[in-house]
Amino acid sequence: MKRGLKSGICMTNCPTLIVTVGLPARGKTYISKKLTRYLNWIDVPTKEFNVGQYRRECVKIYKSFEFFRPDNEEGLKIRKQCALAALNDVRQFLTDEGGQVAVFDATNTTRERRETILRFAEQNGFKVFSLWNLFSELQNIFNTFILLKLGSPDYTHCNTEEAVADFMKRIKCYENSYQPLDEELDRDLSFIKIIDVGRRYLVNRVQDHIQSRIVYYLMNIHITPRSIYLCRHGESDLNIKGRIGGDSGLSARGKEFAKSLGQFIQSQNIHDLKVWTSQMKRTIQTAEAVGVPYEQWKALNEIDAGVCEELTYEEIQQRYPLEFALRDQDKYRYRYPKGESYEDLVQRLEPVIMELERQENVLVICHQAVMRCLLAYFLDKTAEELPYLKCPLHTVLKLTPMAYGCKVESVCLNVDAVNTHRDRPSVRLTNTHIIRMYCSMSVYSSRFLGVHKFSLY
Amino acid sequence: RFTSRPQFTNCPTMIVMVGLPARGKTYISKKLTRYLNWIGVPTQVFNLGQYRREVVQTYKNYEFFRPDNEEAMKIRRSCASNALKDIANYFTKEQGQVAVFDATNTTRERRGAIISFAKEKGYKVFFIESVCDDPEIIEANIMQVKLSSPDYENYDKEEALVDFLKRIDCYKMSYVPLDEEKDRHLSFIKIFNVGSRYLVNRVQDHIQSRIVYYLMNIHVTPRSIYLSRHGESELNLLGRIGGDTGLSSQGQKYAKALAEFIRGQSIKDLKVWTSHMKRTIQTAEALGVPYEQWKALNEIDAGVCEEMTYEEIQATHPEEFALRDQDKYRYRYPKGESYEDLVHRLEPVIMELERQENVLVICHQAVMRCLLAYFLDKSADDLPYLKCPLHTVLKLTPLAYGCKVESFYLNIQAVNTHRDRPTNVNVARKPEEALQTVPEHL
Repeated sequence: MKRGLKSGICMTNCPTLIVTVGLPARGKTYISKKLTRYLNWIDVPTKEFNVGQYRRECVKIYKSFEFFRPDNEEGLKIRKQCALAALNDVRQFLTDEGGQVAVFDATNTTRERRETILRFAEQNGFKVFSLWNLFSELQNIFNTFILLKLGSPDYTHCNTEEAVADFMKRIKCYENSYQPLDEELDRDLSFIKIIDVGRRYLVNRVQDHIQSRIVYYLMNIHITPRSIYLCRHGESDLNIKGRIGGDSGLSARGKEFAKSLGQFIQSQNIHDLKVWTSQMKRTIQTAEAVGVPYEQWKALNEIDAGVCEELTYEEIQQRYPLEFALRDQDKYRYRYPKGESYEDLVQRLEPVIMELERQENVLVICHQAVMRCLLAYFLDKTAEELPYLKCPLHTVLKLTPMAYGCKVESVCLNVDAVNTHRDRPSVRLTNTHIIRMYCSMSVYSSRFLGVHKFSLY
Repeated sequence: RFTSRPQFTNCPTMIVMVGLPARGKTYISKKLTRYLNWIGVPTQVFNLGQYRREVVQTYKNYEFFRPDNEEAMKIRRSCASNALKDIANYFTKEQGQVAVFDATNTTRERRGAIISFAKEKGYKVFFIESVCDDPEIIEANIMQVKLSSPDYENYDKEEALVDFLKRIDCYKMSYVPLDEEKDRHLSFIKIFNVGSRYLVNRVQDHIQSRIVYYLMNIHVTPRSIYLSRHGESELNLLGRIGGDTGLSSQGQKYAKALAEFIRGQSIKDLKVWTSHMKRTIQTAEALGVPYEQWKALNEIDAGVCEEMTYEEIQATHPEEFALRDQDKYRYRYPKGESYEDLVHRLEPVIMELERQENVLVICHQAVMRCLLAYFLDKSADDLPYLKCPLHTVLKLTPLAYGCKVESFYLNIQAVNTHRDRPTNVNVARKPEEALQTVPEHL
């Protein structure tokens, strides 16, 4: 078996350039950032390129909307330069840095600008998919603006009224030259048009798997305010013994936590709360105490530690020292023999994330590794950070989507529990050390065999 | 021990097809129904044309469908009403979750009646409209499925085509498509020209979202899917289940024969998929073409029974063994998986198979049974007993409303790994009764 790589993957994966289209304050940046976070989490290297940021780097101080006037030659020149600079960085990311998807976040409101981008993509062998979103309700625009623009570096020196007035004039500057995508003229392009805050979508010519996944994701997200509560099961009998995995019930303290959790949830007065657990005893017992109907998901089961199931870390070190070392080398991709890796976990949790996006208020009672994966999605943590995120027992994390990210409130329910967190050790064996020790390449490679990566052609 | 049915939706859902004749409504209805049943959502199609054929025993000609044919209109309305009654029955008495109402439903009036009916009963409604104005596609549809309809038994091809086109004209006059503005409160997807464009409005819940995703991934480009197991493995020879061993010498012979067979088929742009297990990868290596590995295609995890023979399982876990025979689909090995779990993890594979064109999937016995059950619309009861012998390639080619299956045994000897359901599945049965159907091994 070849070392660490999937044999003979067809190397014609075309990188994809996603292009946003729309007037200011239509949610383009919100969607760009969210989509980028999702794609990176499912292991598709993605980066967003916000032209506004390039402009701010060029024109250090924002004076007023006049910069955006269509007759401002100087302004137009600078804006065009910024767009080209951004495209250049896109090319570098997709061609030289192993990127697979680049999100070009700008208004792109003229046909001319879009044609420039299409030519650029064609020259470089990128596929293009356009995200065209129209928030048609004025109220939404106003709310969005209040939330996002007032925090923008452009308006630090203004008061609210001035900022609003200026921003409205800015939008007007775009309106006159706005040439929306045309369902007829642009019928050969691949795009999704999001209408009416996501109640309606027009999808045209989806070319491949990744575009299909993007469309599915975009159709499932919403902006209705809600909170997601994440916590682990109460302390279990195996937790107390320092053993990993297994399917034991709650300890006495774990049962206390379950009761406290029930009380906490009651006190939060959550509207229409859904409760999800895994199919393992300890999460189910925890949910039982909350006293509301709950759904069991097999996908929320803890990471399968294979041959190391129910062992203590000391026993693993004793019986499988090589495995133990390999895991510390790359905890995200390391797969327990006959078990799973964090990477496998992310793949099996993807439908859970998709459904979490669709839902509103949800309490997810799960496990340490699972909670790390879910948290990494919401907080945009890398694969390196994910396996070391702190998810202690008897603590509830309340995640509330806010502006471009997620507010996190941590509530410790004051019931004692063991600590199950194992940091990355400071002394780690290097590759060569391990290989010299065990002279077996095949063991190393099979531990890191990646999950299937969807081909992007 | 037994896995529970996932909850996709809280109240029954009516999927209502909309569109002129020969727009692919029945094709979509049947395919969608097959998919939903496979993922565990009890679904049934109610085809209005069939109700009509039961009432009007012999079809004469298109005149039946003329909008001014009062007599016929009465019959057609009564058929629609009967179909709705059967749908209500399916939901309340037969635990159905989704009913697909396959009819033209081309007038606002008819759709309004359905919406009132659903509202009264508390059913959700989701419309699927197929719009197509390409005469070539329409004619191809007619040729493929209409001419062989019972309606046209006594017609010759040319006459049938002419009559059917006149039939379509009867509907055209009164056809009011779903409207973006006027129907903005309805939940629907409009499919344009076999999927080049979709308009999706107000998806209400999880199952509708899954339906939309599925519809957006299927296509009608002709292609074939080849399913095969890995070549015979070392553990196969010993009658042991699971594990991760390499190919036996017979298995290696099969890999070479498979390569030859594939070359002989001259398949355009073939994609090859394997699992992450040695035996499928070694089989693919012999093909000499690039292949993709899917963890989701790994064999069912037999948990505590991994690498045991059936005799050993009977000796060490006789109760488990009996429980499995009682409900092989839902039974989950301790620390392992059930067939139902397998279907769940294979769903992304099926979705990608729908997107792709020519694919060869080299997998395992239980996995292949699940995939086959999807393509051939086999029930959960039949699925775990489908015959998927070693060293045999199944070529599946979508045809009309179903799938043509061609079986190619590549003439390389292999052990039999198929264990039928024994007669006695009682927990208290004797060992001989449990082992009655175990195939021979070393």
